[in-house]
This record gives sequence, structure tokens and C-alpha cells, in this order.
Amino acid sequence: MDGSSTFNGHKMLPYILLAPQAIILIVFFFWPAGQAVKEAFFITDPFGQSSQFVAFENFHYLLGNAEYYEAIYNSVAFAVAVTVLSMGTAFVLAFIVDRTTRGKMLTRTLLIWPYAVAPAIAGILWLFLFHPTYGAIANLLISAGWDWNPLLNGTQAFWLVVGAAAWKQISYNFVFFLAGFQAIPKSLLEAAAIDGAGVIRRTVSIVLPLMAPTTFFLITMNVVYAFFETFGLIDAITSGGPGGATMTLVYRVYLDGFKSHDIGGSAAQSVILMVIVGGLTFIQFAYIEKRISYR
Amino acid sequence: MIENTRTFDHACGVILIIGIAAVCFPIYYAFIAASMPPGSERDAAKLIPGPALFQNLEAAWINRDLGRQLFNSLIMAAGITVGKLFVSILSAFAIVYFRFRFRMIAFYAIFITLMLPIEVRIGPTYSVAANILDPVISLSHVTGLNALISMILGRDFSISAEWSLLDSYPGLILPLIASATGTFLFRQFFMTIPPELCEAAQLDGAGPIRFLWSILLPMSRTPLAALSVIVFIYGWNQYLWPLLITTDPAMTTALIGIAKSLPSSDAEAPWSITMAGALIVTFPPVLVVLVLQRWFVRGLVESEK
Repeated sequence: MDGSSTFNGHKMLPYILLAPQAIILIVFFFWPAGQAVKEAFFITDPFGQSSQFVAFENFHYLLGNAEYYEAIYNSVAFAVAVTVLSMGTAFVLAFIVDRTTRGKMLTRTLLIWPYAVAPAIAGILWLFLFHPTYGAIANLLISAGWDWNPLLNGTQAFWLVVGAAAWKQISYNFVFFLAGFQAIPKSLLEAAAIDGAGVIRRTVSIVLPLMAPTTFFLITMNVVYAFFETFGLIDAITSGGPGGATMTLVYRVYLDGFKSHDIGGSAAQSVILMVIVGGLTFIQFAYIEKRISYR
Repeated sequence: MIENTRTFDHACGVILIIGIAAVCFPIYYAFIAASMPPGSERDAAKLIPGPALFQNLEAAWINRDLGRQLFNSLIMAAGITVGKLFVSILSAFAIVYFRFRFRMIAFYAIFITLMLPIEVRIGPTYSVAANILDPVISLSHVTGLNALISMILGRDFSISAEWSLLDSYPGLILPLIASATGTFLFRQFFMTIPPELCEAAQLDGAGPIRFLWSILLPMSRTPLAALSVIVFIYGWNQYLWPLLITTDPAMTTALIGIAKSLPSSDAEAPWSITMAGALIVTFPPVLVVLVLQRWFVRGLVESEK
């Protein structure tokens, strides 16, 4: 943070420069976040006319509610499945693209464009692909004797949402993994090869350890993605159904707050989510700090 | 690499082709679906394009007022991009090039916004958007300003004012500018610029604004371009926020329009037209990624690390 030269004798200017950012952050970030914490301790009637302080009642209710545990379970299972599938696929593809010499630009382009597809659109594409009436893949599954209908079957709907979310995230992971592979000094690999290490040995002993920071960073980012950015995907194709099988924590915040008008309950869920994200951020930065000190 | 690994290379080639096919197949299938005459979407499973692509694109465009909604998406994405670049360059400049009393507080206040997405604080943010003067009114209650004015006037007084951002462009744009990503990117970039440059500029008599405008900004073209690409796509693909704060179909974004046109029952719904619409909505951000690929990759890798 230090080391750059500074301007002296401008007392007001830095505050003026910070003002736009500060105003937006206060109005649209700190104020709402504070309100969420406050509302979590009140029960407010659906029209927002009156509210009553209830201490931890909202949290108590949530944590005694089987549906909330189902949403926690769904979110965690969803995050793990999306992260593993998406990162696994992207890692293999980036590994191969890094090795290839011909057509690198074209393969890279073909693999990164889905980044631009909105999660909601990814959901629509996958829903059509797996739609029991119209989908090409659904047709294959059905003719293989599978009773395939994600519109009615909760487990199938869950995996459909996982597939769509993981597909959309492959590009993101691919970009980072490829950058990670390209940052590995080729001389290191050549030296190992001269010493008689084969492809597999080089991968296990050199490439994988050097990819650990990227992998760790991506795990956090994928979990955040699966928790928060997939709202549109779920809303567009399953709306949390069938039978709550794709109901995640964020979807419940939305449903309770904007459909059931349970403002206190929704705010309590927001607070729980803030704690989760805060924890993830902390882990992320604690790890990055450590990595910097290694250099 | 060095040794001959033909079998391994062949296996890799096969896996790569399967991977690319799997990644690209959903969009290919969307093309097939969008080219089917409405009512014969079942034939999409044959994977052969139908004759009706352009009719369907046209129908999607007209049916749902998609032109207007695409315009809204464009305003929203561009507004978020410009706004974010503007506030984050100014605050990064203040934090790196000035020493002032609340500098570290400002730094950490921005820092903690880094990973708390709007989805988490969605309810209260909506309330603020519904009446942006809400914080002011509550503050006047808390600070006793109301009581003071009541005393002076000798009668009951309470500030009531309403300014709603629902169904408006500022409402779509402003809350999504509130995050730290850009500020940190610029802060890191400014810190790599040699301090001698700033000293030389000051010796030559340049003030801070002149330095920012004539030296720092031209040097920041690369991070500016990279961040623009990322933020534009982020803005274009927003879902929950526009869903909540727009009720007027003429003010909503194209993405919400398409998602709402999704057939909900098995009744022969015009899937082909929905898929044509999905292609139209996806086209602008995909074009941005393809044309600005170099900036996109840089922006992604640098703005998030």
C-alpha cells in the first residue's frame, strides 16, 4: 500500500473523490445490511405497518423448521456437486489445451464463450435439452428405459439444475486453470523430464502442487457462485420445485420475503447467509495472506 | 513435450473433442429448437435444423416487446459498467495517492463489501429502492432532528418524503454498483506504477486532477477495458434484482422477459419462439466475449484474484 508518492496539501480532495463510492455503499450496502440485521429481530406484519421486537424468535423458528434444514441440505449438496463437476471438467480440459500446440486459440474460444450465457438462459437451454417431451437427451434416457421426467421427479430436477449450473461455470474455471497451467515454468517440467519423470509423475509431483492456490481460490468462488448466482437458473426452470427438491437458501430468502411477506424470517435468513459469506471471505483471504508470505 | 507420448496425446485429443462437443451442444440444440416451426418442436430431437429460424427470431422480437427490453438491458449493463468504473477509479485514486485521516477506514469499509452479493441483502435493498429517502427519514428520527424541529415549531413534525426507484433506470443500475471489485483492481494497478511518475508530474506543476486525467487514466486503458468487459456481462445477466424492482414489462430487462415467456405447462407452447428469444438475449454478451476475448480473460483473472 505504501511506496507510491502522494499528493500533500489537499485536505478535502480525497473525501470528495471517495464521496460517490461512499454514498452508494452507504445507501445500497451498509444501510440494507444493517436493516437486515435489525429486521431479523422483529416480526413485521405483511403490510409493513407495525413491527414487534422478538429477540431471537425468527432464528429460533428457522432452526426448528424442517424445511429450512432441507434448504440447507439442498444448498450444500448443490454447491458440492456443481463445484466438483465443473472444476473437474475444467481442470481436465485446461490440462489438455495447455499441452496442445495446434488450434489453441480456437479451442480456447469454443470453451470460454458459455461464460457469457446468463444462468437463467443456461437453465432454459438445459430444461429444453432434458424436457421429457422435446429434449434430445431426455429422448435417449427414456428410450434406454429410464422413467425420466424432471418436471415431476425431485431428484432428477435437482441433477438437472446441477448440470446446467456446472455447465455454465466450466468456462470460468477453465480460464483460471489455463492461466494457472501457463504460469508453470516450462523449464521446471523439462528438467524433470530429463531426470526421467514421465507425464504422470510430472503432473503429480510438479503440476498439481503448483495448481493448489488456483484450485483453492476456485473452490471458494464456485461455492459462492452455486449459493448466490444460480438464483435465476432455479427460478427460470424449477422455481424451487418439484416438492422443494431444488429449494436453496437464497431461493427461500426470496420466497419468504417477497411471496409470503415474512419480512423478519427472510431477514433472519439473510443474516445467516451473511455469516456464511463472511466466513468464506475470511477463509479466502486468510489463505491468500499465507500464500503471499510464502513468496 | 519432450518424449514421445502418442497414445497419451491421442487420448487427450479425443477427450478434448468430447469436451468441446459437450460444452457447445446445449447452444446448438437451442439453434435447432429455434429453427422449428412452432408446434413441431418435438422434431428438434432429430438434431436437423428446421426452416423457421428467421420467422421465430422475428416473432420473438415482436411478441414480447423484446426490442424495448433489450434496450433496457443495454442501458442497465452500460450504466453499471460506467458507474462502477467511475466510482472505483476515483476511490482507488484517493486511497493510493493521498494520506488522510479516514484512509484505512475507507479501505476496510470498501473491502468488506467485496463478497456480499445483492442476493444476500435483497429484502432491505428493495425497501431502499422503494423509497430511497428512507435512510434520511430514519436518521432524522434517530438523531432527534424531528423532536428538535417539533419543539421549534411548537407542533408535531415529522419528515416524510418519498422517492421511489422502482421501475426506473437508476433503480436498475445504482444498487449493483455497490461492490468493491473494481476499486481493488485499480488500487493494485496504481500501486504498480512507479512513484517517480507522480513525483515528476508534481515537479512539472501538475495537480492531482491533472495527474489523474492526463497520466493515470491513459495508463489504465488495459485494466479499464478488462473490467468493462466483465462488468458489462455481469450487468447484462442480472436476474433477481430486475425481477424484483420492475413490474412494468416496458421497464424490465430482456432476460426477465424471456424467462417469463417460458412455457409452464405441457400445453403445446411455442418453445421454438422462447428459444429464439433466448438466442437473441445471449447474443450481445457472447459477442463481447468473442470479440474482446483478450481483455475478457485478463479482466476475469485480474479482477478476482
